[in-house]
Amino acid sequence: MTELLVTDWRRLSPRMLLIHPVQEVVRAAPALLGLLIAGTSSGGHGPLWSIAGVGVTVLLGTLRYFTTTYRITPEHVQVRKGLLQRKVLTVPRDRVRTVDVTSNVLHRVLGLARVEVGTGRSDRKGGGDLKLDALGAPEAARLRVELLHRQAAGAGVRETAGVRETAGLQETAEAPATRADPAETELAALRPAWIRFGPFTLSGLITLGVIAGFASRLASEGDVDLREVGPVRQMLGWFGSLSLPMEIAAAVIAVAVFVAIASTFGYILSFWGFRLTRHSSGTLHVNRGLLTTRATTIEERRLRGVEVSEPLLLRAVGGGRLIAVATGLRVGQGAQRGGSMLLPPAPRAEAESVAVRVLGGNGTDSPVTAPLTEHGPAARRRRFTRALGVNALVIVVCLPLWKWADLPSWTWITALAALPATALMAADRYRSLGHTLVPGYLVTRWGSLVRRRVALERDGIIGWNVERSFFQRRTGLVTLTATTAAGRQGYRVQDVTLAEGLRLASAASPGLLDPFLSDEDHPSRPYHDDTAISPSLG
Amino acid sequence: METTTLRPPRHRVSRTAIWYWTTRAAIGWLVLIVIQSVFILTRSDALTLRVSILVATVVLALAHLAVMPRWRYQVHRWETTPEAVYTQSGWFKQEWRIAPISRIQTVDSARGPIEQLFKLANVTVTTASAAGPLRISGLDRETAGRLVDELTATAQATTGDAT
Repeated sequence: MTELLVTDWRRLSPRMLLIHPVQEVVRAAPALLGLLIAGTSSGGHGPLWSIAGVGVTVLLGTLRYFTTTYRITPEHVQVRKGLLQRKVLTVPRDRVRTVDVTSNVLHRVLGLARVEVGTGRSDRKGGGDLKLDALGAPEAARLRVELLHRQAAGAGVRETAGVRETAGLQETAEAPATRADPAETELAALRPAWIRFGPFTLSGLITLGVIAGFASRLASEGDVDLREVGPVRQMLGWFGSLSLPMEIAAAVIAVAVFVAIASTFGYILSFWGFRLTRHSSGTLHVNRGLLTTRATTIEERRLRGVEVSEPLLLRAVGGGRLIAVATGLRVGQGAQRGGSMLLPPAPRAEAESVAVRVLGGNGTDSPVTAPLTEHGPAARRRRFTRALGVNALVIVVCLPLWKWADLPSWTWITALAALPATALMAADRYRSLGHTLVPGYLVTRWGSLVRRRVALERDGIIGWNVERSFFQRRTGLVTLTATTAAGRQGYRVQDVTLAEGLRLASAASPGLLDPFLSDEDHPSRPYHDDTAISPSLG
Repeated sequence: METTTLRPPRHRVSRTAIWYWTTRAAIGWLVLIVIQSVFILTRSDALTLRVSILVATVVLALAHLAVMPRWRYQVHRWETTPEAVYTQSGWFKQEWRIAPISRIQTVDSARGPIEQLFKLANVTVTTASAAGPLRISGLDRETAGRLVDELTATAQATTGDAT
């Protein structure tokens, strides 16, 4: 293992000199295409500027190869970069939490891989992460092993690794599966049958957006009138001959079919060959991707829990995803981009059983299947008043404006028509609400458009926020937030009664809240009892 | 039957904070009112509507300035124990935050221009979670300084990377 320690400054792979120009040209494709179609005769310097821009970025990309070097010392990972402003990024090796190895098609053709080293600084956007774009694939794989598997490498390495690593080893040894197997245990692998969930992921909407963006750039930069293109004109002609309801129906069907197909392709592209494995040294590996392959490694001692997320459409067909809640892995804006996906859209039962395997408990009182405590009638009322209240407010504002200020009538008609849907959603949002405590984990569930059930390790809970709006005061409810360094940084138990919320918090973090609690012997004076909380408000 | 509640934290913030909050809110309202006045002076159409909106703004501003700072002062409280920091803040929407000392990452004290005017300071205690900074605003400078020293000392005594 020691020969892998890179102590002198090293360059990225020289093969990157080939990739950069191609990448930049692909990115500028709409402009170039426009240029080709329109020719130079149509005048205007837009395309020329685009070309010049491409030239500059190609040049800068090429220079990046010469200015970027990296090295790995026993304590640090360092990257030196920058042309005019030289920068040295240093990450202590014991702060390395994730290593992400990505190769897109170009990288794969040339045998390269991009390495991204994640640290736990999830509170700062984009800060603290090291990117090496790109290394030779074997080099990248070695680097990944080197950075994350130090504690497994035997006595010699463990000496230098110190106390904390030994503690991490013990933590992971709790899961029995890691002991039995010498190296890797497979926890989940993609089954082709899961592709049936593809159409329900709606990832195709993004494709639609990209195509629309591409077309509009082509039209503006290349001066192409899309209506002049033969097939498009025929389509528009046929479309124009339909009646309005038919037009709407045709458009909706076209978009739905397109999105479904694109989503399925998207699913195959991102998740083909998906494999989730556990390495005996205490890491989880996720490998996936058809064209662009991606390998993510998560240290299990950084894992603070899991999230079963069910977007509405996926929930309707019985599917769900599994997302890791880990420090150093940011959740949000598309979990697959954050690299925290533990299972792509799959049958919900599958997501639950993978969660059990990942968290390593027995299946009976697993945090992902344990029954949840409902939040009660007050919470239900609050869902309905909030949902219907907003709708009613819109109608109340729009009606007089329509009557006296020429507001188009569809505004309040839409709001009125949306009422049943809002009510349904309020009911569903209430049904989603739930919480419980199982040994070792706090469990909370919320949401309707995306229903999420989070199992958060109690040790991962840092502190507690108890929030109460004026209206929640009246109904005796609070929103409890368990703050954590992992995932979304805070997990809410929405609209729970104050007493139940405090019971939950003090059971999850024993002793923390005790000095600040007071037991009241007077029940049922909900409003005036508030004097106990803020003395002069009563 | 017993009902468990949170008792309020022990210490109030400085009384001067009322004036600090008033000034801060007043500046925001003033900007809004000035913009509206400029509009009324420069353009003459739909004058009644504009003036009535301006009057509504002024009334709202006065009500806000009369109620918010005092209400806030009644709510804002803080307390530290050897184990935890505990704050209560807000007015219309109130919030309690509890963080164990052992999980504290940074303790910052800041003085904005308006705070300097009233010789006040705020203290922000951050943990490894982006969702959980505890902010105590409207402390007098001496208390803020003492609090920072005290928290820094206790936080240093604990080990681990606090995640």
